Amino acid sequence: MTYVSLNSVKKSFGPTEVIHGVTMDIKEGEFIVIVGPSGCGKSTLLRMVAGLETISSGEIEIAGVVVNDKEPMDRNIAMVFQNYALYPHMTVYQNMGYGLKLAGDSKAEIDQKVQDAAELLQLSELLNRKPRQLSGGQRQRVAMGRAIVRKPSVFLFDEPLSNLDAKLRVQMRLEIRDLQRKLGITSLYVTHDQVEAMTMADRMIVMNGGRAEQIGTPLDVYRKPSSLFAAQFIGSPAMNIFDARIENNTLQMGETIIAAIEMPDQAVKLGIRPEHFVPSPTGAIKISIKATEPLGANTLLHGKLSGMGQNITVSMQGVHELSEINPTMAFDVERENIHLFDASNGKRLS
Amino acid sequence: MEKRVIFRGWLLPICLVAPQLIISVVFFFYPAAQAVWQSLFIPDPFGLSAQYVGLGNFEYLLSDKYYRASFVTTAVFSILVTLCSMVPALFLAVCADRLIKSSGIYRTLLIWPYAVAPAVAGVLWMFMFNTRVGIISWYLGQLGYDWNHVLNDGEAMGLVVVASAWGRISYNFLFFFAALQSVPKSVIEAGAIDGARFWRRFFDIVLPLITPTAFFLMVVNVVYSFFETFGVIHTITSGGPQQATTILVYKVFSDGFVGQDLGSSSAQSVILLVLVGALTIIQFKYVEKRVHY
Repeated sequence: MTYVSLNSVKKSFGPTEVIHGVTMDIKEGEFIVIVGPSGCGKSTLLRMVAGLETISSGEIEIAGVVVNDKEPMDRNIAMVFQNYALYPHMTVYQNMGYGLKLAGDSKAEIDQKVQDAAELLQLSELLNRKPRQLSGGQRQRVAMGRAIVRKPSVFLFDEPLSNLDAKLRVQMRLEIRDLQRKLGITSLYVTHDQVEAMTMADRMIVMNGGRAEQIGTPLDVYRKPSSLFAAQFIGSPAMNIFDARIENNTLQMGETIIAAIEMPDQAVKLGIRPEHFVPSPTGAIKISIKATEPLGANTLLHGKLSGMGQNITVSMQGVHELSEINPTMAFDVERENIHLFDASNGKRLS
Repeated sequence: MEKRVIFRGWLLPICLVAPQLIISVVFFFYPAAQAVWQSLFIPDPFGLSAQYVGLGNFEYLLSDKYYRASFVTTAVFSILVTLCSMVPALFLAVCADRLIKSSGIYRTLLIWPYAVAPAVAGVLWMFMFNTRVGIISWYLGQLGYDWNHVLNDGEAMGLVVVASAWGRISYNFLFFFAALQSVPKSVIEAGAIDGARFWRRFFDIVLPLITPTAFFLMVVNVVYSFFETFGVIHTITSGGPQQATTILVYKVFSDGFVGQDLGSSSAQSVILLVLVGALTIIQFKYVEKRVHY
């Protein structure tokens, strides 16, 4: 059942259009991650759903009601900001209860709801503190608490974890996802971190330059990126992209024939993820290795394509030192792991 | 780690602090000490001799009903000036803060009155409200209101308050505007999502966040209304009618230089000094505790 729907939503600042029409239907309880590099319009899109930015054209619908002209407070949403935006002069309790107070809840109701939320987020001990007396992770939790006490119909997250250190970020990532599942509230989550997008999303929107490049589950986007941009943005380390061509139903790179592919002759961009190279003595792709980066579970090999001079990154299982491997290695790639994109517009060919 | 420069000998450090010390001593400590000293004497009318009277000047002042009336006048005046200069300034700053375009022009225009010296401002207002040629008093007359601040206590007080507060609005506006700009936008947006409309957000969120600035301005404005409004009062009302606008600092002047009672005038200066010092200390000690979050 569709709960939030965006219908060719556009945004212009003066004559400059920054969002060029995003259309998407979000089901109730779904966790949607909007991911993209900075400046791609992902925060603007979220703020339009929140009602903090006006919608230049198109429609946003929440729970069956068009909310274009509604104030943020009338949309029944809650938002967690990047810098948490806690009220610095209020205690944790007051921060969480402020929205309820404005909604006209009685003192007893407010107390009940705040205590419940505090317990859920392990904030009960901190209710009388001011935000400045809290650590980053605790502030993050208070911001979450302020969002959940009001039982909104939609949660909006604007890069909520980017101010935390790496370890806390992983922990909070799990907590947010866990909490969202428990409460079953439809969520939109903006991030520039593709790992967050991969791990948290039910479905994600990959945005680039104000356009939704691809909308799909994380694995869909990983396995079948619909454009060069989505291919390179999702996955770490990033996908290798080479200039190649189709000739006589074979995929060729320079003089090398990589695979047989039935397609009209044309120039293409060939994409192969670093983890999809399979070492094979008879492999078509020969790489001269220049450096290795052992990461423990796997090793990144950096090198150049023999005879082509293009940089390439390969990820291999296990630990490999540069001194103990053959300086020139040959690899094969399975057909399903070969991504082909149109050389001119970057759209996926197969 | 504390960084300290250690000097060998005394000459250089003394030379370095000397300019500051000399200015303080010559222009602040010496006159203040002189005032305290003089407050213990009554000079004869020609200033040729003086008789030591101990705390007699103070005793006399505290039992003088005109002096006590001046206290009340000063309290009313400074409260009114502080309110009349801060509230409109805050309102204008809130308006300017909401402007997206041309806020620069608006800001510049609002700052101009601050460049007008108090005495000049006093003359300007005096002409506008002059009972014979004043343009505003003429319009008021057309509306059927007979404006006469030369005879009417309340109107006189109103006029000096407005004239004193007018220039200060610019000054206060600048500080309020800067304070409003420094309130994080996302906090206000969070308030909007929580369900607070503009004025509710203003009173619940913005105002508490700018209280340190408001507090600072309050101290500065109170001190201003105590001392620097002399020029305005002197040009508009000269303390009248019937001493209705004789604030303490004006009384110091009129008793000392017009009435030639330097002993009493000095005693009044000392009282004023202690009073403002005490007020400032009280404000910082007790009010400041509540405004920092």
